[in-house]
Amino acid sequence: MHEHSISVWFFIGLILVVYGLLILGTGIYELFVPLANPVVMAHLHIGIWWGAGMLFFGLVYLVRFRPKRQQNRFTAVGGIHGKA
Amino acid sequence: MAWANCLLLLATARMSLSPVDLVIIVLYFCLVLGLGWYLRRFTNTGDEFFMAGREMTAWIAGLSFISANLGSLEMMGYAAATYQYGILVGHAYWIGAIPAILFLALVMMPFYYICKTHSVPGYLKLRYGEGARSLSAVSFALMTILMSGINMYSMAIIMKVILGWDIHFSIWVSSLTVALYVMAGGLLSAIFNEVLQFFLIWIGCLVIPVVGLIETGGWAGMIHRIQTNFPGEDFTHMWRTTATFAGNPMGVHWTGIVFGWGLAISFGYWTTDFLVVQRVMAAKDLRSAELGTVIGAFFKMLVPLIVILPGLLALAVLPIHLVPESLAGQPNVHTYNEALPLMLARYCGPGLLGLGVTALVAGFMSGMAGNVTAFTTVWTYDIYKPFIRKQASDAHYVSMGRWCSLVGVFISIGTAYLVMNFSSIIVYAQVIFVFFIVPMFGTVILGMLWKRTTPAAGFWGLLAGILTSFGLWAWVKLDPTALKYIAFSPDAKDMAENVYRAMWSLIANFGVTILVSLVTKPKPDHELKGLVYGLTEVPSEGKIPFFRRPLTWAAVVGAGFVALNVIFW
Repeated sequence: MHEHSISVWFFIGLILVVYGLLILGTGIYELFVPLANPVVMAHLHIGIWWGAGMLFFGLVYLVRFRPKRQQNRFTAVGGIHGKA
Repeated sequence: MAWANCLLLLATARMSLSPVDLVIIVLYFCLVLGLGWYLRRFTNTGDEFFMAGREMTAWIAGLSFISANLGSLEMMGYAAATYQYGILVGHAYWIGAIPAILFLALVMMPFYYICKTHSVPGYLKLRYGEGARSLSAVSFALMTILMSGINMYSMAIIMKVILGWDIHFSIWVSSLTVALYVMAGGLLSAIFNEVLQFFLIWIGCLVIPVVGLIETGGWAGMIHRIQTNFPGEDFTHMWRTTATFAGNPMGVHWTGIVFGWGLAISFGYWTTDFLVVQRVMAAKDLRSAELGTVIGAFFKMLVPLIVILPGLLALAVLPIHLVPESLAGQPNVHTYNEALPLMLARYCGPGLLGLGVTALVAGFMSGMAGNVTAFTTVWTYDIYKPFIRKQASDAHYVSMGRWCSLVGVFISIGTAYLVMNFSSIIVYAQVIFVFFIVPMFGTVILGMLWKRTTPAAGFWGLLAGILTSFGLWAWVKLDPTALKYIAFSPDAKDMAENVYRAMWSLIANFGVTILVSLVTKPKPDHELKGLVYGLTEVPSEGKIPFFRRPLTWAAVVGAGFVALNVIFW
């Protein structure tokens, strides 16, 4: 139980960054190459806003809860169980 | 152009995913499986596998607590029910949840936590003995696998509508993924993934209300469109239409909402359904367990944003009228259960659609994992250990838990098709809750608060509640005119019938428990320490600032609950 581990928040930051990049990138691509059959309210380019937001918050989590040496699940800030 | 596209989408009933959507979905599956595999090394003992080592912080326990409840059933079922009944369904999130969750946090959690039981049936064993424990364990195990069927069916609907996938393929791929990560890491893996799923569900589903409100021109514009689409019907008031049974789409009176939904169903589910209670019982200390529960209440209060509001927006903007599940299969017909997927497909282009589908898949997995981990724990500790193999090593029970996860998934796959006989997914869920969980609440709460409650009363009260609930359900099935006696109105719809049946079930439970208690011998006081109010010393929180006390935050959530009911009166 006292093994080293990675914070749950780090994984959340990781997936937000990856998804944010994918959605933001797709949104920017659609600016230049619009879809043949756009969705309703496509002119809002919601993908750009959503992707940018996810990327920002993902980076915050990724940096804040990055794995550090000599941490274990009990003492790490945010440890495997996060920070209360 | 956009409207034409939407109509095309409705006609073809599916939307093709772009490569980026598929990448997002596949990445999600890889991550949850990877997390399960990674966490396997931390779950070697029974306490680690079944209770996540009892080391969760308040935030993790709280988010997991609410995420386990936020399954695809929750999202699709309540969006569907909102389309059918209007904003009245929002009572499930406010009066049907918040008072009960706060009661769990401040009143019941100390007893669950102090007695260090593994499960709610385990508490009944300590309080009443083997009879009540056995009955509750068997009924709970049955309920969890039935509820898993709901989640699987919800998942298959999503895949059918959005991806056009075969229903069987969807069920097997998603279910086996859950089975693998729960087998690997037990409750720890389930909780870990539920926190991740919580974020994905919110981020993925929030697109609909944001874009939808922009399209309709805000709340007032949405209401105007609903009134235009459905003239003469009031879908947008929570209490104003409940003075009479016929005055609202659900056919329910406010007494049914308050006593059936707000008391019987709500307190039954939130305080005794081990699926959710297990998450906060895994907290590292009592204060974290209480605070985590309050955190869960706060987010529960906000969930209508991503399930009720999309249902209302569907009433406002969809160019067709959705129909009950019984009319499914006809050409160009879409059912209530497809409300949320259709809204998702309406607003989400490449990338966002993948995120939205991932959110719904995540909802399925969190709900499914909740059922599987609760089933596994109750089966191992409350059925297998006391009745099949009393003396075995801890490693043996952990192994049993791992295999039980897989077997539980296989059994529940078989129940998925039962759902198709009900007009709305959520109605099926409530039928099951009322059978098993509502009576259990009566037995638990009387046991906690009244030391005179006897072991015999615990068993017979629980049995009376279950039989009453089942009997009333069968009565209406055999003779539909019985509805006017059970729900006080022949106009009552399925959901209204459920809330009144819950009320009768709880009354039967209370009545039998109290009567039997008065004529049988109670346990001596020294055997009830740590189990009953008045005989249990709750540990002091020590000197902590008021803003870190669970009571403070419970008051804040309570004030928000009152304000929301007034605003949407």
